[in-house]
Amino acid sequence: MTASRRIELTVNGRVRSIEVAPHHTLLEVLRDDLGLTGTKECCLVGECGACTVRVDGMSVDSCLMLAVEADGATVTTVEGLAAGDRLHPLQQAFLETGAAQCGFCIPGQLVSAQALLALNPHPTRAEVEEGLAGNLCRCAGYGQIIEAVLAAAEAGGGEQ
Amino acid sequence: MRAFAYERPTHLDDAIALLAEHGPDARLLAGGTDLIIRLRDGSVQPRIVVDVKGIAELDGAIRETNGHLTIGARTTMTDIAADERIRREYEALAEAASVVGSAQIRNRATLAGNVCNASPAADTAPALLVYGAFVVAAGPAGTRRIPIDEFFVRSGVTALARDELVAAIELPRPTTRRRAVHVRRTRRRGHDLASVTLTCAVFADGVTRLAYGSLGPRPVLVADETGLLADPRAPDLAKMHRLESLFVEASPSPRSMRASPEYRLAMLHVLGLRAVGTAIERLAEGTVRR
Repeated sequence: MTASRRIELTVNGRVRSIEVAPHHTLLEVLRDDLGLTGTKECCLVGECGACTVRVDGMSVDSCLMLAVEADGATVTTVEGLAAGDRLHPLQQAFLETGAAQCGFCIPGQLVSAQALLALNPHPTRAEVEEGLAGNLCRCAGYGQIIEAVLAAAEAGGGEQ
Repeated sequence: MRAFAYERPTHLDDAIALLAEHGPDARLLAGGTDLIIRLRDGSVQPRIVVDVKGIAELDGAIRETNGHLTIGARTTMTDIAADERIRREYEALAEAASVVGSAQIRNRATLAGNVCNASPAADTAPALLVYGAFVVAAGPAGTRRIPIDEFFVRSGVTALARDELVAAIELPRPTTRRRAVHVRRTRRRGHDLASVTLTCAVFADGVTRLAYGSLGPRPVLVADETGLLADPRAPDLAKMHRLESLFVEASPSPRSMRASPEYRLAMLHVLGLRAVGTAIERLAEGTVRR
């Protein structure tokens, strides 16, 4: 009755067909079954945003979504941002502004920022603050993170 | 997380049959932003999770039907916050939906799930109460419409029967010109549950409706039909006395970690007065434009 199910989803542009247990979250399947450990496990209650990925373009906390719910979906994780050796403009901006301190929250911050810029390519500072409100940084590097997102938007990062 | 079976029925009848068959061992899954937390911490241990997102009859559409705006069961907070009709005619609901959780939560969380979860702190509940919403419940005998004020029983408990599910939420079309506002108090800016969540609507005929949550086992609706609160010239002190008599049912929990009962009660009155003022200003703006 609790048998595993086969799901098919597109992760970072690649179609993956995998067996998943119904009680496994998208986060667990991305990390443990697909080896995409850029997405981080942290609070597991949808507060911190370290597990943020995009599902059909929308940012979600992958710890609060069952993997079976992602059947047929297109998923982007932080590993899907760079194009080969070329960093995404957001990643470049995060490096240049020193936005990454310990780095643990950064994959989630980047994916949230990418989702924000996709909807709103030229956000105000307040819109960036609101867009990233679901991503906590225990190093409190918010100033640099917000600067980085604004710089990437300025450089046209929202179009990528 | 404990193992469970997962079903994604494609028809309403199949979903209702699964609920009837499994009774308390079944749980409905919409956005999952509350359910998955509870599955993980073990506070609910269903044998089967029934995902409503495949049901053809339930959708994420917001549509105008005879005398109502109908919000499908799969409509997310993001959709509600962005919908032009809701922003125009049910502005407090759009405002409330836009402060639920974070962007990630709003992209998944549904209005139907928010009411079914029946948290006393649910931000959309006061707006639904003020607007006199109906919950459309589908069960083995068909559908019935439950007034939202009867739907909320206490924390985590609704008027929904075990074999019913929420198919849609209906918002009656306004018959009198009105403006409303949603306000809340949180411990910090950004993503937090409300210590006080409140909606106020002022109607052109002088009625004021207020609903508040996070101050007792369920959200509460009150109304001032004396015209005092809606009167732009009435002094704040008189309005505060009126609010005190309207808010007598507020009974905040002494055990909450978010705020003390004294603080919540004080903030309820402060936010109540501010919300009345904002709703009056918005109503006046509307008058000037016409």
